Amino acid sequence: MNIAWIIVLPLLGVIAPLLANPTRRNQVAWITAVLPFAALLITLYHAPAILAGEVVQQTWYWIPQIGLTLSFRMDGLALLFTLLILGIGLLIILYARYYLSSKDPMGRFYSYLILFMAAMLGIVNSGNLLQMWAFWELTSISSFLLIGFWSSTGKARKGARMALTITGAGGLALLAGILLIGKVVGSLELEAVLNSGRLLVEHQWYPVILALVLIGAFTKSAQFPFHFWLPHAMSAPTPVSAYLHSATMVKAGIFLLARMFPVLSGHDAWFVTVSLVGLATLLLGAYTALFKHDLKGLLAYSTISHLGLITLLLGMGTELAAVAALFHIVNHAVFKASLFMGVGIIDHETGTRDMRQINGLFKYMPHTAVLCIVAALSMAGVPLLNGFLSKEMFFAETLEQSAIGALSWLIPLLATIAGALSVAYSLRFIHDVFFNGEPKGLKKTPHEPPRYMRIPVEVLVALCILVGIFPALLVGDLLKSAGVAVLGGTLPYIPLYIWHGFNLPLLMSALALAGGIGIYARRKVLFQFQSHFKEVDANERFDAWLYQVITFIRRIEALIDKRSLQYYLAWLSVALLILLAAPLLNLSLVGDNVVITPLTAEVWAGTALIAIAALATVVNNRRRLFAALLISIVGLGVSLAFARFSAPDLALTQISVEVITTILLLLALFFLPQTTPKESKPGRLLRDIGLAGIFGGIMATLTYAMLTRPIETISDYFLANSKTGGGGTNVVNVILVDFRGFDTFGEITVLGIAALGIYKLTAGMRLFLPATNEDGLPWSRDKYPLILKQVSQSILPLALLISAYIFLRGHNLPGGGFIAGLITAIAIVQQYIGHGNDWIQKRFYANYVGFIAAGLSIALLTGLGSWLWQKPFLTSWFDYFTWPVFGKFELASAMLFDLGVYLTVVGAAMLILAKLGQLTVVEPYSEKED
Amino acid sequence: MLDSIVYVTMGFIGVAMVGTFWRLIKGPTIVDRVIAMDKLFVYSIGLILCLGMAEHTSLYYEAALLIATLGFISTTAMCKYLLRGDIIE
Repeated sequence: MNIAWIIVLPLLGVIAPLLANPTRRNQVAWITAVLPFAALLITLYHAPAILAGEVVQQTWYWIPQIGLTLSFRMDGLALLFTLLILGIGLLIILYARYYLSSKDPMGRFYSYLILFMAAMLGIVNSGNLLQMWAFWELTSISSFLLIGFWSSTGKARKGARMALTITGAGGLALLAGILLIGKVVGSLELEAVLNSGRLLVEHQWYPVILALVLIGAFTKSAQFPFHFWLPHAMSAPTPVSAYLHSATMVKAGIFLLARMFPVLSGHDAWFVTVSLVGLATLLLGAYTALFKHDLKGLLAYSTISHLGLITLLLGMGTELAAVAALFHIVNHAVFKASLFMGVGIIDHETGTRDMRQINGLFKYMPHTAVLCIVAALSMAGVPLLNGFLSKEMFFAETLEQSAIGALSWLIPLLATIAGALSVAYSLRFIHDVFFNGEPKGLKKTPHEPPRYMRIPVEVLVALCILVGIFPALLVGDLLKSAGVAVLGGTLPYIPLYIWHGFNLPLLMSALALAGGIGIYARRKVLFQFQSHFKEVDANERFDAWLYQVITFIRRIEALIDKRSLQYYLAWLSVALLILLAAPLLNLSLVGDNVVITPLTAEVWAGTALIAIAALATVVNNRRRLFAALLISIVGLGVSLAFARFSAPDLALTQISVEVITTILLLLALFFLPQTTPKESKPGRLLRDIGLAGIFGGIMATLTYAMLTRPIETISDYFLANSKTGGGGTNVVNVILVDFRGFDTFGEITVLGIAALGIYKLTAGMRLFLPATNEDGLPWSRDKYPLILKQVSQSILPLALLISAYIFLRGHNLPGGGFIAGLITAIAIVQQYIGHGNDWIQKRFYANYVGFIAAGLSIALLTGLGSWLWQKPFLTSWFDYFTWPVFGKFELASAMLFDLGVYLTVVGAAMLILAKLGQLTVVEPYSEKED
Repeated sequence: MLDSIVYVTMGFIGVAMVGTFWRLIKGPTIVDRVIAMDKLFVYSIGLILCLGMAEHTSLYYEAALLIATLGFISTTAMCKYLLRGDIIE
């Protein structure tokens, strides 16, 4: 099996939960779990080879010239992370099934969660740095959605926004760093970068690259001084916290450090920065965690501190330290996920997370209590549990340090203090929550959660114990292969066993344990001391800072942006004039060599019509209805010109667009003033006329030069190949649906998105409805005049027939899906005009969004269809058939594509027009929108 | 013979268009202008069909057909606007 499936399957899984019946909660959870589980099986299938030291790769070239490839690469490090992401992810899916209440939109939650999971898998398995970065950003976005899942609360929104701002900014820094790495190494492929040896470290840009990459990693992994977003992200639903803040999101930064370890470490700058930042984070997190009354707050700061520990290990630079870091990544993920889930259960059963209220829960929920206590002891680093092992390795490594010279003895000391603090807050969690008297002021009596909600916690706690007792057996191989990936070929002997004899690290552990108990026993004094400091709300500070940034940017913006269309146009014209000046002076008109079409009387008349109508539009631009009327005459003139000069397709398109634009203008004009006030002073008017005149003259000259140029154009190619290559004689249509089908596909997608955007923007809009017309006269009482009704209705079949006719003949004669779509839309709009919304709603239930979706899907599937025959996307097919009665006819795949265009156009046009038309309907439709 | 008749017809239509166009600009009321717009659509149909006959091609036919159908819809939308302000209600 291809390893790309490990990412692609969960990515496909994003839609799976939305397909399930939302009321059947078990069904939703099962359907969600299937694809990640399949991905896990594929991972396990590849695991033996990777554990044996192989690197599995899969690369598709896209634009290799500029280093753009789609490439997946799984080595030991990626395997370790993939197992964590998928394993814990599956447990979270099970847990969330019972955690979410029936009011929460479960399908949407799972969708976000799986999107996040796929993004994480993408980060760890990417073989190209740029691709990794794209997934990196995707985790920022999907975590934003997850943190802000309960978007009705301000805390969730603020927390989500803060996380996105910080990690997003870090992501931009990382992008810059990656691009620089690509410049230095000459490739963005991970393989090439990892094999570049000391090239990066010795390069003069090294400090910049290091700083940028580290900013990316530190923001993501909540390292000091960017740590403050993580506690605020705790407003997410607990399954999300359990997933994002134990095994995934924050570990992405750590992963990046480990990934880049072979090429970026090995320089003092790395050691000093990474280890000091790690140390600071470790101490700050552990100290703050002690004072948090909120259970999730305690866990959040403990996460920060453990991340600091891992960072510190990676910054130490010894090989064993890096392995210890990998080991602690696994251990921390396991015990922290189980702790979060335990806290979620407690929150669920007591209705609060305040440790001053929840006490003595052991009595009420002994089973859960035992699970939480074991996990918390592992967090404290008590022997026989997994947390102890990696902490021992950590203590041992601190003793080897010399990164900060003569002061290096501080590191083991500070590490022991951090260890003691960690013991103290773990103890507080255990003692305050499960013992320490009776619960205070709870709204309900706590009891054990549903059976299946505990299973994920049980699995993880069992792992804590098993890994704690049989480390070498369970994770030895995994750590070795991950270690090889991080350190390169040489790997030290990893002392993965519990008893190392009486040595210094053991003494440090004992000191930490005793110190922790001491700190907890004297906690009253400490709390007293801490209460002297004013608690700073990071949210307030962040908001204030954000506000300052925004005001600053606004001030700059105000200097260059006057919010005036004339102003934009004036600058645009001036800029273009400057840019065009040189080439224009060298332009020679060669019109004499070309046969010029003779100017006949009707051409003169038509030109005059267009020119006078255009001029009249400008003169009357303040009387808006009149201007709309005049501009439609200009449009009519233009379409006549197209017809006259052999562009019947354009003529048909122009006339349909003209009509639909008129309707749109009228719909909008109703809500707007009927006249535009006079704003321009004479001087400005003169300037604008001058600019416009010069620019118009230039454009006319350029057009003339273009039209009279006797060079060969690509048109000849299209003319020659249209029939043989695309199977149609209408070159315009063949270009649209075949030669440049990809462009058209992009355009209809944009059209669909634009329509949906307008739909969303106008939803729930309340507008002032003028009670009289512009002269102050009341409107006519007759809403739907009889003649209008009758004529509208009789025009519908006629127009639909024309539309079908134009559509079917499009491939060979003027016409096609776009024009046909516009005609259909106009015919339906006419029914709205003649009969009103109510009448239509009763007779014709049309889901215009569905039209757009169907159209885009048909176009996409037609394009993908060519893959079945091993041809590139959107290769068209056509053939001729003969039927008895009909005679010879042609079938082309382009026809199907054109159908997609048709449906999208109808859907988009109707969505916009019908939506604008409904703005005036006060009852009952507008209520539905809210 | 037919050819010259077509050209003469086109001349007549042209004169009518100039007159209508004058009415469109001059007004005086907006209703005059809407009617003038509708007339211009109608004359365009005639013009374009004559052009097709003069050049012995049927390619213009669809353009005329569309102007006939859609031009009418433009006019009704304008009328509805003058009557009620809100064209889709």
